[in-house]
Amino acid sequence: MQEKQYKCVHCRINGKEVETVVDVRASLTDMLRNDYRLTSVKKGCEVGECGACNVLINGECFNSCIYLAVWAEGKDILTLEGLLGPNGELSDIQQAFVDETAVQCGFCTPGFIMTAYEILESGKEYTEDELRKLLSGHICRCTGYENILKAVKKTMLKRLGKEE
Amino acid sequence: MYDIKALYEATSVPDAIQLLLDHPDAIIIAGGSDVLIKMREGKLAGSTLVSIYGIDGMRGIHMEDDGTICIGSLTSFSHITKDPVIQKYFHVLGEAVDMVGGPQIRNIGTIGGNTCNGVTSADSASTLFAWDAVIELTGPDGVRRLPIQDFYISAGKVDLKPGEIQTSIRIPKASWEGYEGNYIKYAMRNAMDIATTGCSVNVKLSDDKSTIDDVRIAFGVAGPIPMRSPSAEAAAKGRNVSSETVEAFSQAVLEDVKPRTSWRATKEFREHIAVVLARRALTESIRLSGGEL
Repeated sequence: MQEKQYKCVHCRINGKEVETVVDVRASLTDMLRNDYRLTSVKKGCEVGECGACNVLINGECFNSCIYLAVWAEGKDILTLEGLLGPNGELSDIQQAFVDETAVQCGFCTPGFIMTAYEILESGKEYTEDELRKLLSGHICRCTGYENILKAVKKTMLKRLGKEE
Repeated sequence: MYDIKALYEATSVPDAIQLLLDHPDAIIIAGGSDVLIKMREGKLAGSTLVSIYGIDGMRGIHMEDDGTICIGSLTSFSHITKDPVIQKYFHVLGEAVDMVGGPQIRNIGTIGGNTCNGVTSADSASTLFAWDAVIELTGPDGVRRLPIQDFYISAGKVDLKPGEIQTSIRIPKASWEGYEGNYIKYAMRNAMDIATTGCSVNVKLSDDKSTIDDVRIAFGVAGPIPMRSPSAEAAAKGRNVSSETVEAFSQAVLEDVKPRTSWRATKEFREHIAVVLARRALTESIRLSGGEL
């Protein structure tokens, strides 16, 4: 039997400097859920296809299920929990998902919102086709995507001061 | 948790080479979007991994003094698409890799991994074949460079010797200057899909835009590894820019492509779309070059 291998990983999660010892075989999903109790990071397909485990690493979206936890060393990670205000207030994009009924079972929602967050933070105005492509790394089996697209588009236009 | 026997993280290229020599059975992991999936499937379960993902010196794109475009092997697909050098001189590669998987996959997937897998469907590969890319490998005996066509040996097998890693992909100035190209991926879905067939074409027209001075075409999934179509190139090179030339060019691909029937598509269907994609990609390349049909 091979000896277990561990590594101490220092990183920044939702604005807080943290460190923990992880088994080198762990995925970033494992670390975020098990060590930090960040359960917005869902275990879906676990092969990088469904987007339920999506988080931001240094401002870019990654499926944390196919990202080794040890690679998080020195990285800045943002999960859905990090979008909440100091008293648990919802961010604009989260509220938009509620308002547009872009949530049904909710399993895909955190992943979608993190991609939406990256899109919105770019400060760019995208066409609907571009938004569809940018959101294409997520699978939702409930909503049919239209309301998700609406929520992202509305928030984008709102942030750009171009409300319909 | 992944079924990893042991993981070694390389901090530099020499470190990676040493780790690979020390652990000859180890598998190289770059972004991991193929290795970890194969591990999950059980195919690579229990493997020892040497991670090169942390070698930041292998990321980024720059142009050398002699005009060679040099792409670090760990550069992610999304960074290739966004790169100003690529957008200005080699936009077709940026467009091709923007069709890989989905946004998150394009952030983790690397061009080095895409080529070292040796798979025929890699979206970057046909374009790299069509632009005469040169693969740079670094190993215990130093650096060697070889044309991408020689790098691919057979399905899933590339010319990586023990202790070697791919460090960059290079496009010499003579391969890009004056060329315009287009890549078409034919797949069943617009995202998260693998090409049924992919086709990359580029042309260099004469100054008066009436003659095709040079044309290059490569396919993915038209054979066990990505391939050029010399017959098609011969049918159009030196010919006038006309729809007859485009037709002769696209029909000639049938002399070279050797697709097979798989669950994705039949051999006959792939042959049909190979002709159609060649025609469309050449037409678009001529248009981008300022030619008129």
